[in-house]
Amino acid sequence: MDNLQETWVYLSATPLFHLTLTLVAFQAANWVFEKAGRNPLLNPVLGAVLLVVAVLIMTGTDYGTYFEGAQFVHFLLGPATVALAVPLYRQWHHVRRSALAITLSLIAGSLTAILTATAVTWVLGGSGEVLASVAPKSVTAPVAMAIAEELGGLPSLTAVLVIVTGIFGAMFGSAVLNLVGVKDWQARGLAIGTASHGIGTARALQVNETAGAFAGLAMGLNALATALLLPIIWTVLSRLFGI
Amino acid sequence: MLPFLTLILLCQLAGELVVGALALPVPGPVLGMVFLFLILLIRGQVPAQLEQTSNGLLRSMSLLFVPAGTGVILHFQLLGEALLPLGLALVISTLATIFVTGLLMRWLGRKASDG
Repeated sequence: MDNLQETWVYLSATPLFHLTLTLVAFQAANWVFEKAGRNPLLNPVLGAVLLVVAVLIMTGTDYGTYFEGAQFVHFLLGPATVALAVPLYRQWHHVRRSALAITLSLIAGSLTAILTATAVTWVLGGSGEVLASVAPKSVTAPVAMAIAEELGGLPSLTAVLVIVTGIFGAMFGSAVLNLVGVKDWQARGLAIGTASHGIGTARALQVNETAGAFAGLAMGLNALATALLLPIIWTVLSRLFGI
Repeated sequence: MLPFLTLILLCQLAGELVVGALALPVPGPVLGMVFLFLILLIRGQVPAQLEQTSNGLLRSMSLLFVPAGTGVILHFQLLGEALLPLGLALVISTLATIFVTGLLMRWLGRKASDG
């Protein structure tokens, strides 16, 4: 028994354990999601994160140790983003035809995301640091973190806000679009990708290929739009409100 | 599968290089997506094996966000203190963004197809 316990103590601190934990937690969350007929409210990312967090708290493991194993999964985000070129290429004839509509809708969406997030946080008394961390929350994590840092926010807080935004959009995006009667897959994908970056795109890809391609496109374009627009908006807002 | 995984990684690497060298405001992988897209545009078709490789990556894309999401444990205290402003900001802003983008795209898209 002593041997077993010693081996367990050793293994529970290795990358193998935390990599396996990440995959098992996701399989479990995804099983529930599939069993419930892919109900967006049972978002598998949310389920898996809650399971992993519970295990880390129970075993007293810090995030750095966990990430040594989980980084192998995290790394694949880059190649997956590159792979979005394939659905984009398949939808290219649609994208070209609606280029102006896409550009205008995306800029409107990007501005809405920035202005509503900062306005609500400011009205409810969030500090300047929190404001700068929440402003780029609709953008894919690496860009959002870089922008937050530039504005004086906390990049690691931004990463969390980005993920929560993604999960929330993936959970409720379809409901909002159904409510206002937007049935067109291009418009649905563009909306989800602008608001909820990669997590929204992952959800859109499961539902419809056109929606997935437009979501991936929106994710890339919104990263660019926010990186260009937000620093300018931020300067204006600081002059006006002294944030 | 391996040749196309290599191609995907090469596109990402090229993206990171160009972004770093020119200090562009987009992430390397997003520019890598543009590079792979341009390659496909030049070739004029998607090779079956690339389709397989990219499907494999994209089918499990949700999984890839779990490690970053688990980072929430680093900020329990700050999130607890600013729960109301941050929670409401995320909810209102995300729904408003989906609403505005979706409605505008449908309206402009219809005009385009009518004209």
